Formats: sequence, C-alpha cells, structure tokens
Amino acid sequence: MVGQDVLVLLVPALPLLGAVLIGTLRKRLSAGLAGGLATTFLAGAFACSVALFLSEHTELGGRTLRLFDWIHVEGMMIPFAFRIDALSLTMMLLVTGVGTLIHLYSIGYMHADGRASTFFAQLNLFCFAMLLLVMGSNLLITFIGWEGVGLCSYLLIGFWYTNPDYNYAARKAFVINRIGDVGMVLAMALLFQQFGTLEYAAIAEQAGSLLTGNHLVVLATLLLFVGAMGKSAQLPLFTWLPDAMAGPTPVSALIHAATMVTAGIFLVVRSSVLFELAPVTQDVILAVGTATALLAASIGLFQNDIKKVLAYSTVSQLGYMFAALGMGAYDAAMFHVVTHAFFKALLFLGAGSVIHALGGEQDIRRMGGLRGSIRITYITFLIGTLAISGLPLLSGFFSKDLILAHAYQYSPVVFALLLGGALLTTFYMFRLFFLVFHGSYRGGAHPHESPATMTIPLIILAVLSVVGGVLNVPHLLGGHEAMKHFLSTAAPALGASSLHLAAAVEWTLMGITTALVIATVALTYRRFAIAPTLDGDSASMPMPKRLLAERWRIDELYAWAFERPFGWLSTQFHAVGEQRVMIPLMVGFGAITLRLGGLVRRIQTGNASFHLLAMLAGIIIFLIITLLSN
Amino acid sequence: MDQDIITSIRVIPMEHYLMLSFLLFSIGVAGVVFRRNTIIILMCLELMFNSVNLLLTAFSAYHSDPRAQVFVFFIMLVAAAEVTVGLAILVMMKRNVDSVDVNQLNRLKW
Repeated sequence: MVGQDVLVLLVPALPLLGAVLIGTLRKRLSAGLAGGLATTFLAGAFACSVALFLSEHTELGGRTLRLFDWIHVEGMMIPFAFRIDALSLTMMLLVTGVGTLIHLYSIGYMHADGRASTFFAQLNLFCFAMLLLVMGSNLLITFIGWEGVGLCSYLLIGFWYTNPDYNYAARKAFVINRIGDVGMVLAMALLFQQFGTLEYAAIAEQAGSLLTGNHLVVLATLLLFVGAMGKSAQLPLFTWLPDAMAGPTPVSALIHAATMVTAGIFLVVRSSVLFELAPVTQDVILAVGTATALLAASIGLFQNDIKKVLAYSTVSQLGYMFAALGMGAYDAAMFHVVTHAFFKALLFLGAGSVIHALGGEQDIRRMGGLRGSIRITYITFLIGTLAISGLPLLSGFFSKDLILAHAYQYSPVVFALLLGGALLTTFYMFRLFFLVFHGSYRGGAHPHESPATMTIPLIILAVLSVVGGVLNVPHLLGGHEAMKHFLSTAAPALGASSLHLAAAVEWTLMGITTALVIATVALTYRRFAIAPTLDGDSASMPMPKRLLAERWRIDELYAWAFERPFGWLSTQFHAVGEQRVMIPLMVGFGAITLRLGGLVRRIQTGNASFHLLAMLAGIIIFLIITLLSN
Repeated sequence: MDQDIITSIRVIPMEHYLMLSFLLFSIGVAGVVFRRNTIIILMCLELMFNSVNLLLTAFSAYHSDPRAQVFVFFIMLVAAAEVTVGLAILVMMKRNVDSVDVNQLNRLKW
C-alpha cells in the first residue's frame, strides 16, 4: 500500500481511534484532556484530508481504494472501498475542518460537564461515521455511515439524559430518521435489482444506457429522496431538527447544522446520474425544497429560543439546497453546503457562547445589550448574520445568489418564492441579532466573554464566512467558478448546470436582492434594536402571527394524524388483543395443564416395587407390540 | 474350549437350558418386583444375570461360537460393579432409615 492510500485510511481511522480510546478511558480522562485528544485526532484527519486534496489527481475523475471484499456471495459482491474524488474530498475537508473547530470549541463549552469525555468520544465517533458516509464507494458503506451518524445524533441529542424532554427529542429524531431510512433501504434494494451492484461508479456507468424517465429509476430516486428528506429535515419530516436542539450547542453546530443534515444533499449529488434521469423526482425535490425553505423561514420569524431560530433557519437553508438540486444546479447546492457550514456553525457556536455567557439562558426576551460585554461573540455573530442574509461579498451572498439566479432562469415564480424566503431569513436573523446584542440587557445574569478555546473557533469561522465566497466566484464578478470546475471532475452532472442569463439581468437580480435585504435589515433595526417589541405568550397573539409562533401547529397535526390513531390502536390491541384474547388463552393453557397433571400424578406413588412392576409391564407391552407388528 | 465340556453340555438338550433359564429369570423378576427386602432384590438381580449367562454359554456350545462367552465375562464384570454400588446403597439405606425394606424409601412421589 502506497503512502497515498495510508492517508486515505487515516482520515476515517483517526476519529475512530479517538472514539475508542477516549470511550474506553473516559473514567480516567479529565474533560480537558479528553477534549484535547479528540481535537488532535480530528485535526490529524483534517491534515490528512488537506494532504490528499493537494496530492490527489482529482481532475482524472477520482479513484476507488479497495480495502477488502466485504460481502462476497453468489450474485452479490460488495467491496469495502473508499471513493476519492472531488466530491468526497470537499466533504472530507468540510467535516474534518469544521469538525476540528467545533471540537476545539467544545473543550471550553463542556469543561464543567462531568461526562465531557463521553461527549468527546461520541463526537469523534460521529465524525468517523460521517466520513464513512461521504467516502464510501457504494451505497451500502454510505448507509453504514448514514446509520452511524443517526446513532450519534440520537446519543448526543439525549446527552443530558436526566431530562425526559431531551430523551423525547432524541427518540423523535431517531424515529423520524428511521422513516427516511426505510426509503433509503428500499431504494438500495431496487437499485441492486436493477443494476446488480451498489457501486456508485458502476451504477453511473450502466445508467448511461437508460432512457430519461425510466420508471424504476424514478421510483428509486424518489425513495432515495425520502431518505434524504429524513436526514436533511425536509417537509414533511423536518419536525425532529428543531427538537434536536436539546443537545449541547456544539452538537447542534456540528451535527444539526454543518455536517449530518447535509448528508441528504450529498446523497443526491452522489447519485446525480440517476436524478438526471428522473425529471419527475427533480420536480418533487424542487417543490419540497422551496416549500421547506419558505415554511421553516416563516416559523423562524417569531421564535423566542435562540437555538430554535437557528434550527428553523437551518431547515430553511437546507430547503434552498434541495431547491437547487431540483433545478439540476448540483454545484450551487454543494457550494451552499460549504458556505452554510461555515456561517451556520459560526452562528450556532456564537449562540452557544451567548448561552455560556448568560449561564444557560436561551430565551432572547431575557437577553439584549450584550454587544458591550461579549465583544468577540458580538462581532463574529454579526458576521455570521450578515453572511446568512447574503450581504454582498460575504460567503452567503455568492452561494445564495447562485441559487437565486438558477431559480430565475428556471422560473420567475420559484425565484420570487426563494427571494421571499431569503427576506424572511434576513428578518428573523436580524431580529435575533438585535434582540440579543442591542438595546438594553433584560436578564439577571452577569455576562462574561467565553474562554479562548471558544473564541478562536468563532474567529476562524467568521473569517471563513467572510472569504468562503472566493471558492466559487462567478464569471460575472471576474471569477472562474473554481469549485464548480473542481466538482465537475467527480461526475459530469455536477458541472452541467449553466446560467444563460445576460449580464444585465444578473446584475439586476443581484441589485434587487441586495436592496430588499438591506431594506429588511433597516426594518428589523427599527423594530427590534432601538425599542424592541417583545412577544408575550403565543396565546395572546393575533391569529396569523400566532399560527407562525406555534410553528404552524405541525407537531400538533402530526400528533393528531399519527400519534393519536396509533395510540388508539395500541390501546385497543392492549384492551382486546392482550387483555381479552392473549391473557385468557395463556391462563387457559396453564389451567388445562395443571388439571391434567393433577389427574395423572397419582401414578407417582413413590413405591419402588410398583414402579418396577410398571416398568416390567411396559417392557412386556412393548415386546408384544414389536412381535405383533413383525 | 475344551472338547469334553462341550460334549457334556450337549448331552442335555437345548430346550432344557431354555426352560431352566426362563424359570430362573422369572424367579428373578418376581423376586425383584414382589419382595420388599432390598438384599433379596439384589440377589434376584444376580439370578437374572446368571440365567442369561447360562443361556449364553449353552448357545455358545451348541453353535461352537466362542463370542457369546465374551459377553458372559462382561456380564460378570458388570454384575460385580453393580453389586458394589447396590450394597453401598444398602448400607446407606440402613444408616438412614434403619431398615432394608425397599418400601421405606417412598418419599419421592407427588
């Protein structure tokens, strides 16, 4: 094995080693030491990823590193292999890079927690699973990672397991993800039946000969999308993500914003060949993505929990990515994955820093005026807010504008909807920002700036959020769409999307978007920065607003539509099936056995002679039968 | 086998051996089933063994086949071992219930 292959192996192996090591020694390691170890292991993986990025010849289309034959039976051959190409390298850099920063941040955030070493072991395990997901050369290895990240997500949401609500949130996330997984498993079965392999490369090769709109492919892609829906929190399976904020804030940043929830987008991009063959699925993805982007953004408007706002924002941004996928703009979606990872991780870590500063307070109604006391958090959070709103020349501007331009080219209606979503995003983000950092302090704690291990990641992520756009500067602004060209080597579909808009139209779109965003910022400044209007209990609100504040009552709808009938059914099964049928049946069998036993037990006299006589009689009867039957 | 012995065995017809052996075996079975004295029961067991041995020897002589006699030795060996265990049980029985009446051991029942 050459050095290059060792590097590939080290990328997932280091976090796994870290997880095992810290997990086994968790009782002996102090929080700081465990955190340091976990960060070091992941930083090592990041270094390996960077080395690979610099040395791999991705322009040749990537390569497959085969480790061993995993499943080798008649008619089925699944190797355990990694796919190293532009797409997986992008995701590897993202996972290990952002992951390392968040690990570093966690050292400060979790320093007082008694189970910090368990936390770090699970965080490392998550990174391993995520790397497996993005590096796998076939759907089955991706699926191991897929389930692995689901498990780690469950563990980390319920990390503070003494709180029953958090456990409920963890279970909810797990169960809803399972619904998506059913789609994914069915899709795998269908694809295997169709192609006889689960290797991405082999499927892509064979798919070339299929006609567009092939029913099996449409069905398989729809099922894959169901899986993506569950993992990436799209309508109608998005309700778990806001609840997932029960976990520690670094978890929200790493798993529920930057990496795991983008697994769905990754899966679609990875299978782009198939999705290109299924226009129906693409329309569905576009519709679901747009609807999610708008709906989640509208819910975000009136939430009062700092992390909930960011959670709905994440759902909404994931909707943007799916909308881009639906339009065939895979590069735009991946670009947004990367920039979103930067600024959303930054925002979550900033929120964590605020929560840390206020000793656990999460309600923005009891914050305000924090810009003076936590200066670094203030500045970095401002950068994150500007970036997510798409202010010119920040990273979010480039990626969001690319999606909007694609949307305009696709249909002005989609453009209008997504632009509306973008304005909603600006509104709730600046509402959050002004309520937290401006005005006067409305709480009772003594805010203090976070330690350096927390502020350094914030600063690095802030820098990345500012300059992240240079990865893919459009031709219009004198760039070369570097990331698009890089990604297009992994699969032709990734570079196929192109904008045919005139420069004047693009400038106009950019101008309109920017003007509206700035107007929205001004509006929120007037409403929330100078004399903030605080919302009271949602019950006292006028109707449309109340519906938004109560999250469109979607959780209640699901409870009414699924939980209640299921609960009723379970109660019936218990009352009739168990109480009236199963238990009497079992008791009846017991009684019959007991009665029969009572009848025949008189034979057991305990008299040795009698038993011998009985034995003799038995032998004689047996002999007679044998003789007669001959 | 010594030719004289074979000849002398063959002097008596086979049916007689069968009959004697059957009688001895039946006495043994009746003794085991109906007697209460454990010593008698053990002796009756020996009687059954030996009736079989007798028959085996007779058949061996009549068929000129020495293999049956091997079984006789095996049976003798097993009987010796069986008696050792049986007598040991008998001693324990005497110690525990101060009796050799097999019906004293009737507690293993419903």
